[in-house]
Amino acid sequence: MVDVDQAKMAEFLRASESRILDQWSETAARGVNGRISPAELRRELAELLTLVASAVSGQDESAAGQLRAVLQELSRSRARQGFSPSETAAAVFGLKEAVYALIGDSGDLLPEYLAFSRYVDGLGLLTFETFVAAREQIIADQAESMLELSTPVVRLWDGIIAVPLVGTLDSARTQLVMEKMLEALVATEAEHAVIDITGVPTVDTEVAQHLLKTVVAARLMGADCIITGIRPQIAYTIVSLGIEFGDVPTKQTLADGLAYALGRSGLKVVPA
Amino acid sequence: MERVPILKIGSTLLVSIQVDLQDQSVQQLQEDVAERIAATGAKGVIIDITAVEIVDSFIGRMLSMIGSMSRLFDAQTVLVGMRPAVAITLVELGLTLDGVQTALNTEKGLRLLSGGP
Repeated sequence: MVDVDQAKMAEFLRASESRILDQWSETAARGVNGRISPAELRRELAELLTLVASAVSGQDESAAGQLRAVLQELSRSRARQGFSPSETAAAVFGLKEAVYALIGDSGDLLPEYLAFSRYVDGLGLLTFETFVAAREQIIADQAESMLELSTPVVRLWDGIIAVPLVGTLDSARTQLVMEKMLEALVATEAEHAVIDITGVPTVDTEVAQHLLKTVVAARLMGADCIITGIRPQIAYTIVSLGIEFGDVPTKQTLADGLAYALGRSGLKVVPA
Repeated sequence: MERVPILKIGSTLLVSIQVDLQDQSVQQLQEDVAERIAATGAKGVIIDITAVEIVDSFIGRMLSMIGSMSRLFDAQTVLVGMRPAVAITLVELGLTLDGVQTALNTEKGLRLLSGGP
């Protein structure tokens, strides 16, 4: 990790701790823009500096691991607070500046400083990597929750359920819709399912294929599907692509679909 | 090899599959159903697959064949209680089980055979 003997550097870091901290918090505060209070920032940096000093001295074996853990936690929280990756890494690199400014005064620590600088670079890269990983995690979580939000199955009537689809359909989503709908059929013992695609912007061959598969699967389980809400452009696309919906009943609106399903169940809506 | 029991209720045969299906037992079932329809003059066959969690193309085809065969005896076949996972598998395999009617549960299957809504 550090090839030059860093005992002197560690000693220097400990000796001028408060002066380094002053300088470092000042540099780091510039990137923070008031999103963290100066006192809290200084507390975070003080913890880091203590750990860096122990890790650099090489006496305390666990310090390096601890330092990594603290840094990773710091970058994760920065990622959640909406900092940019360079702002996060700049806070770490600020340590080099602070130390260099003070070494300039005393002079003779230059070789140690070079090794130390390389060490801090490594720490900066670590924050960068953790930051990116944390962001990716956030994106993955959001995608997953969107997937769940966007596929409700609602009960319209005794034995009739509706699946209003909103947004672009891809294979993963259609798979989820399919599973949720089939499970709802079992749970509610519904014999009719109305799939409403009013909110689906485009239908291509793949999506149509998925829809038809869902219809066939429902039929295998003993339920009928009705597709409603096909918009004019989509109707045009479906015909142009030569997609055959076969004997799947299609109706203009969800209301028409409900009326049709009621009729199939032997029910009729009359004025009270 | 486990044999699947076939129960007779009125003019309907009820086949409730409670074991993991092997190729051989399905083949045996096919023969048994044919013999029982011929012996009893049943007008309908209900195959309950609620407990079946896994199917393959062979079993799917055999179920379809039981349906086509019963029709030769003028008996309707209703497959009831298929699980979502099984339905998805069959669709992915491209099996649509022509010649077999389906219902969500045994009760609805019986109603379907009696000609009710």
